Amino acid sequence: MSLHRRSLAQLAAGLRKKEFSSVELTRALIDRIEQAQPGLNAFITVTGVSALAEAAAADRELQAGRGGPLTGLPLAHKDIFCTEGVRTSCGSRMLDNFVAPYDATVVTKLKAAGTVMLGKTNMDEFAMGSSNETSYYGPVKNPWNPGLVPGGSSGGSAAAVAARLVPAATATDTGGSIRQPAALCGITGLKPTYGRVSRYGMIAFASSLDQGGVLTGSAHDAALLLGVIAGFDPRDSTSVEREVPDYVAALERPVRGLKIGLVKEFFEKGLEAETERRIRDALAHFTRLGATLTEVSLPNLALSVPAYYVVAPAECSSNLARFDGVRFGYRCREPRDLTDLYCRSRGEGFGAEVKRRIMTGTYVLSAGYYDAYYLKAQQVRRLITDDFARAFAQVDVLMGPTTPTPAFALGAKTSDPITMYLNDIYTIGANLAGLPALSIPCGFVEELPVGLQLIGPHFGEEVLLGAAHAYQRETDWHTRVPVTYE
Amino acid sequence: MKREQIESIAHLARLELKEAEVCAYQESLTKILDFVGELERANTQGVAPMAHPLAGLTQRLRPDNVTESDQHERYQVNAPRVEAGLYLVPKVIE
Amino acid sequence: MSEAGWETVIGLEIHAQLATRSKIFSGSATAYGAPPNEQADLVDLGYPGTLPVLNAEAVRMAVKFGLAIGATVAPTSVFARKNYFYPDLPKGYQISQYELPIVARGALEIVLDDGSRKRVGITRAHLEEDAGKSLHEGLGSLTGIDLNRAGTPLIEIVSEPDLRSAKEAVAYLKKVHTLVRYLEICDGNMQEGSFRCDANVSVRRRGTERLGTRAEIKNLNSFRFVEKAIHYEVDRQIDLLEGGGKVVQETRLYDPDKGETRSMRSKEEANDYRYFPDPDLLPVALSSALIEEVRKSLPELPDEKAARLSSQYGLSAYDAGVLSASRELADFYEAVVRGAPKDPKLAANWVMGELAAALNRDSLEISASRLTAAQLAGLLQRLLDATVSGKIAKEVFEGMWSSGRDADAIIEERGLKQITDSGAIERAIDAVMAANPGQLAEYRSGKDKLFGFFVGQVMKATQGKANPAQLNELLKRKLAP
Repeated sequence: MSLHRRSLAQLAAGLRKKEFSSVELTRALIDRIEQAQPGLNAFITVTGVSALAEAAAADRELQAGRGGPLTGLPLAHKDIFCTEGVRTSCGSRMLDNFVAPYDATVVTKLKAAGTVMLGKTNMDEFAMGSSNETSYYGPVKNPWNPGLVPGGSSGGSAAAVAARLVPAATATDTGGSIRQPAALCGITGLKPTYGRVSRYGMIAFASSLDQGGVLTGSAHDAALLLGVIAGFDPRDSTSVEREVPDYVAALERPVRGLKIGLVKEFFEKGLEAETERRIRDALAHFTRLGATLTEVSLPNLALSVPAYYVVAPAECSSNLARFDGVRFGYRCREPRDLTDLYCRSRGEGFGAEVKRRIMTGTYVLSAGYYDAYYLKAQQVRRLITDDFARAFAQVDVLMGPTTPTPAFALGAKTSDPITMYLNDIYTIGANLAGLPALSIPCGFVEELPVGLQLIGPHFGEEVLLGAAHAYQRETDWHTRVPVTYE
Repeated sequence: MKREQIESIAHLARLELKEAEVCAYQESLTKILDFVGELERANTQGVAPMAHPLAGLTQRLRPDNVTESDQHERYQVNAPRVEAGLYLVPKVIE
Repeated sequence: MSEAGWETVIGLEIHAQLATRSKIFSGSATAYGAPPNEQADLVDLGYPGTLPVLNAEAVRMAVKFGLAIGATVAPTSVFARKNYFYPDLPKGYQISQYELPIVARGALEIVLDDGSRKRVGITRAHLEEDAGKSLHEGLGSLTGIDLNRAGTPLIEIVSEPDLRSAKEAVAYLKKVHTLVRYLEICDGNMQEGSFRCDANVSVRRRGTERLGTRAEIKNLNSFRFVEKAIHYEVDRQIDLLEGGGKVVQETRLYDPDKGETRSMRSKEEANDYRYFPDPDLLPVALSSALIEEVRKSLPELPDEKAARLSSQYGLSAYDAGVLSASRELADFYEAVVRGAPKDPKLAANWVMGELAAALNRDSLEISASRLTAAQLAGLLQRLLDATVSGKIAKEVFEGMWSSGRDADAIIEERGLKQITDSGAIERAIDAVMAANPGQLAEYRSGKDKLFGFFVGQVMKATQGKANPAQLNELLKRKLAP
């Protein structure tokens, strides 16, 4: 099998058996990336030179019989993670000239594990979007159909993995930004429990919702990577001090006896018929494996999108205040005075969706409106979290669609923000409650991938990965590659 | 949303507001606020607001040690305008 | 000065920099005086992706303060973001505390000029981070930003509007100043900006309950400026109101050169800070065990110390108050008493008199005194055992101060021992009497006033070393007709 179609686990084995070197592998993938770039636009920065140096170093380690399970394996980082000495743009003109002076903890950990960074992937600006159409660097195309979106905000990472330009990529998920692109691109995407992965060095969008995760070809690969990036970080006060289990070992958990909850509200109007059929097929498969299906209800689910669109903009309006043209980032030309410096640097540096959310967030926090919007949203957040807790008292995992439809056309939803926001209806709840969630491919509708979402209780990644792995052992949806990229 | 509201929010957020944008913001913000206005219907009597998904966890305290050293030359490479170690902005009159 | 018919109402907001080694949310040093931006790390600079982590010592210091003012220390407190744009505020928000501060209601007692005591309420005290500094000089049309100070821990202490005059305000300010130094949570250096005060001043017609509109006065970095600024502002407001005008709620700057307050036109009138709980920080939980541990570590507080000095050493309330103005001074005094236990009042007089004058003259703090407490005690011993007279002792003190040597060494070297040998004194008296026959005759014929002349002459002849009491007695006898 060609190198680019192999999983992380297979590549690791190949490197160890000296079938090929990390330098060879890296070179091959850099070539693929460069060839694919004009058509896909998955990358903002390709770090070809340093990648080869890292690969060479990895090869030396492997030669000397040292190194670990990930030594020499290539991957890409979403351009939201600070990478020392390399441009970190967050998909924005505001940071187009920003070279990070430090590594995010996620980057440090993966570096220490011996991985090789091939580049920084494209994304919706400041992680705000569900289609990767708001990037300063232009939209990313869906490898299955270049007229369609790959999903967002981690569209670049998802497209890169789906097109087999890299076997894996890091990403972030605030309202579905890992899972939704995973579904639209036919790959596996994992958002860990809030606090499982350090946010240090991960440019903040909405601090109480953001979580770093991975996009890969399989649950096995996701488990491999999660084991490296998970863990307490003293630099992040919201990072949880909790042992990191052996996620790879957990993959072998049996599905027999697994209690799957079907959220009634996930299957109501809005879910496209064919998509629903693929989901039901996948659920039937789980039943054959010995799992049971129970209907549960999350009665406040409908409020999750409005609650999110109060909390996230509020937090982002404050998080993005540091971008003022003073210490780093974009500065307007010849500012007349301080106010002009701020207003024009920010007005010119930020794109329309980012500004819209800053305006919304500023408004909902302002005097007289705090109680009606922000406070109310945080109360609804508790209601939703309690709903999930009640569900998990009855079942082990929730399953349902990741998105209401497969990938949609570029430009189809950009005119009305609300239509775009409704894309996130199945995914947002997990962010509000801080729960771990996974999306795996489970079929096709008109040759476009469909994703099955699994949501677990806090720190229930092992349950999710085990169930996903069991499914992937017996199906091959996750091995399909778009024809153009075979 | 009224024009004055848009202008005052844009000023609080230090975002330059072009004439063409005012209308666009009025429209989109009104839509968004209508949409999130749905929250009003929720019964939240006596429900404590949730600022963090990590229920019951409390802030870790860090020992009082100096762990950072002077790196200003490295950091100021990113600065738009620096002189004598100071970040420069148009004069602020107090 | 408030005119009759008007009442002044003042509340003070004090920002005290906590004396931690590192900043409140980052591991940068807090030492004063570093070159620009050499003590500002990525967290302080608000770099994208950076996060705050709370300094344990800042929390302990805040708890210490809360306990010392008899306040409730909140078992749970929350950090909130105060959002506004200013170049010395890197993140575009200040991490502070809003609805749930770490310290709730407390109080301090102040002593007024007439000796009466007044209770001043403290609404709350909370933790927050300091901003950086703006430099406007020498940069033409630009302002330079130094972020070394950004992130230094502050405790903001808000008083109730209980103060009724500039004098009360200064007394309260001094009380807090002394307290934070006692607790060793702040060095109180107003010139360096580690202890800052804003005053909220309003006036109202005597007898009315409603508070008048207040103005906030900033940039008060000495006790003198606080007093002057308040006086000016009160007069300004009264003049305004009596002329039919209205006081505008605004921020004003005190200009020490002109001695007046000026409106700060560049700051927004009503800043909407959009406070919300900081999502990067979790609620701060304080166990009763930790609070007890801090309580046990509290030093003897100023009031307690003053009361004890008064009762233990028989000092007046005033003297005890002066000596307990700082822990170092009180400790020094008590060490002197230990070295010369027979007369604590004498020790008090010397510490508050000669020693204080010398420290003042040389602009020194007690900790930099050129004399140790033991050395001063040594001098007092020589006074008490009549080796030297009071007047000579002052000369010895000066000698000790300039050389750093012990009393005995100075006395020996300069031959300053008091003459207590009656024979020697009598001989000196005889000589003076013989040399001044005219005055002798006048004295003996009734001019009593000349006694002092003879005392002076004998003192001169003995270089001031004659024991005054003996001299008096012998002179009286010999001069008698």
